[in-house]
Amino acid sequence: MRDWADFTVEEAGGRMTVVLEGALLVSTIALLDRKLRAMTDPVQEIDMSRTGDIDTIGAWTVYRFANENNAVIVGASEQADILLQAVRDSASTAPIEPPRLPVIPRVLDDTGRKVVAFGQGVLRFLGFLGAVIVALGAVIRHPRRFRYRALVRQFDLVGVSALGIVGLMSFLIGIVIAQQGAAQLRQFGAEIYTINLTGRLSFRELGVLMTAIMVAGRSGSAFAAQIGTMKLTEEIDAMRTIGVAPLEALIVPRILAAVLMMPLLGFYSALLAIVGGAFIADLTLGIPFMTFLSRIQEVVPIHDLWVGLVKAPVFGLIIALAGCYQGMQVQGNSEDVGLRTTKAVVQGIFMVIVLDAFFAVFFSEVGWG
Amino acid sequence: MIDEIENEELLEDVLDEARSDVVGHFDGEYPIEIEGLRNSFGSQVIHENLSLKVRRGEILGVVGGSGTGKSVLMRSIIGLQMPDEGEIRVFGKNTIGVMPDEESSVRSRWGVLFQGGALFSTLTVAENVEVPLKQFFPEIDAELRHEIARYKVVMSGLPEEAAAKYPSELSGGMRKRAGLARALALDPELLFLDEPTAGLDPIGAAMFDSLTRELTDTLGLTVFLITHDLDTLYAICDRVAVIADREVIAVGTIPELLKTDHPWIQEYFNGPRSRAARATSEAAGRGKSVDKGADGKA
Repeated sequence: MRDWADFTVEEAGGRMTVVLEGALLVSTIALLDRKLRAMTDPVQEIDMSRTGDIDTIGAWTVYRFANENNAVIVGASEQADILLQAVRDSASTAPIEPPRLPVIPRVLDDTGRKVVAFGQGVLRFLGFLGAVIVALGAVIRHPRRFRYRALVRQFDLVGVSALGIVGLMSFLIGIVIAQQGAAQLRQFGAEIYTINLTGRLSFRELGVLMTAIMVAGRSGSAFAAQIGTMKLTEEIDAMRTIGVAPLEALIVPRILAAVLMMPLLGFYSALLAIVGGAFIADLTLGIPFMTFLSRIQEVVPIHDLWVGLVKAPVFGLIIALAGCYQGMQVQGNSEDVGLRTTKAVVQGIFMVIVLDAFFAVFFSEVGWG
Repeated sequence: MIDEIENEELLEDVLDEARSDVVGHFDGEYPIEIEGLRNSFGSQVIHENLSLKVRRGEILGVVGGSGTGKSVLMRSIIGLQMPDEGEIRVFGKNTIGVMPDEESSVRSRWGVLFQGGALFSTLTVAENVEVPLKQFFPEIDAELRHEIARYKVVMSGLPEEAAAKYPSELSGGMRKRAGLARALALDPELLFLDEPTAGLDPIGAAMFDSLTRELTDTLGLTVFLITHDLDTLYAICDRVAVIADREVIAVGTIPELLKTDHPWIQEYFNGPRSRAARATSEAAGRGKSVDKGADGKA
């Protein structure tokens, strides 16, 4: 149980005196403060002779009350005097929250800023793409400056270490397509077309698309976080001062790794999806595993493979660009790294899907339907 | 005038919100007592049989080479590092191995300034100062809490408009002051400063030093100050504790330390940088510990 500070009011000759009692500390002040705030009558004098320990929070409470009522403080101890002086010197009425507009102007303001920021973002992204192409050109002209080790390391990170998760995911997706497709096709007695469905869908769309989403989640985010952290710790600035171009040393290897690994991963993913489909077909549809695989060769046209393989490096480029670009935009604090990483993944996946729609229309126009 | 019923309602409101684990001021001689402390990381022993007592009302400077475990010592005292062995008493209470809720009554009586300020980056400076107030004394009226945040910000030597700014908008020196404002939020009796002047320019560092001294004298603080800054040692520290060879090898005023013949101490205080700092401090006439030592001899 705490001994809350309290007060009594004494009146003598028309002079109202507030007599404070108890210790005026952060732990005991809350009640006194609320009571004093609730008081409406004017007070001319504050008597502190009956108070005990005091800290600045107690001193502030007394000072604020005295100041509001133009009252004089009497009976303050030496320590209380020192603290009263200290809080008097530090009194401030400055706002403690950043200035804020009312709702409607704020929404308009925010919208305007977002539109402008979007436009600037697009321009900067294109600028970044240009800078990367220039850096790529410089690397081609001076092959010695190229970081082969970094590239190999990124191959490992983007490609090899993704094999497990991409493979498992594709296998399961293959099972889902074959199983769900068979359930629908059975109504027409066309279960055998499950093979066409699984094979063509895997090579044309799902293999590459699912891989792109996985790579965006694994590597796009890693690019943004790594580069963003390096930006915060001024490593990027240090590289520039030493004469190493960050675009060449950090970004070109990452982008090349993503561009080169995506077709391989996409192809691998398509294969595993077909294996998944064959597995479930063998199990539930009565189509033998090897028959499924040999039928694939007959029903999947070779251009389906090309469709997938053409899209994959483009998706890889977009994912890596989004990751590296967002990483380079990091400023200020660690919170920004998280924000930019999220943006890199969202932007990467979104652009991949938009482009995929364009590709779908394009390929059917050129007769690769 | 408020009548009795209102009074009781108010009291009930306050009691509803208040925590029950708050205790009064400390009157003993040593707010911090450490005995036989041992800390290790794996096979690397940082402290072995380390003992130290901090006197009430003093600024104790803690020095030692890099990697001697100054920060680990501070982290042990404030409960962020679990020692292997030993006893640490803060305000006469054992802080090792106690339940976190028992410890909170002690936590509200110390303030810590971390090296980088460690401000919460999503809150403004004033909101940062309010965090410990809200945590430990939720019964305090919001209006009073805002006022406290405001005057703490000014008291820590920041311009008043800094209260509404986010840490990312402040310079390194201002961030330290904001960290100090938060450390002082609850009017602690004990203040831990981890290299408060590191990374500040000499003028900023000297200003921070005098601010520390001033606040210590005004608020009656006990300060545990880790530093590499010789100017700080000469200017504001009452006593200095030297950590070397895994323990505190000496504690005393700088003239007292100079009389010991430990090679590290001799090298530290008789190096060119130390002599320069001493000269500055003597010339400025604000070398508190040096003056005291000289008086003692005279």
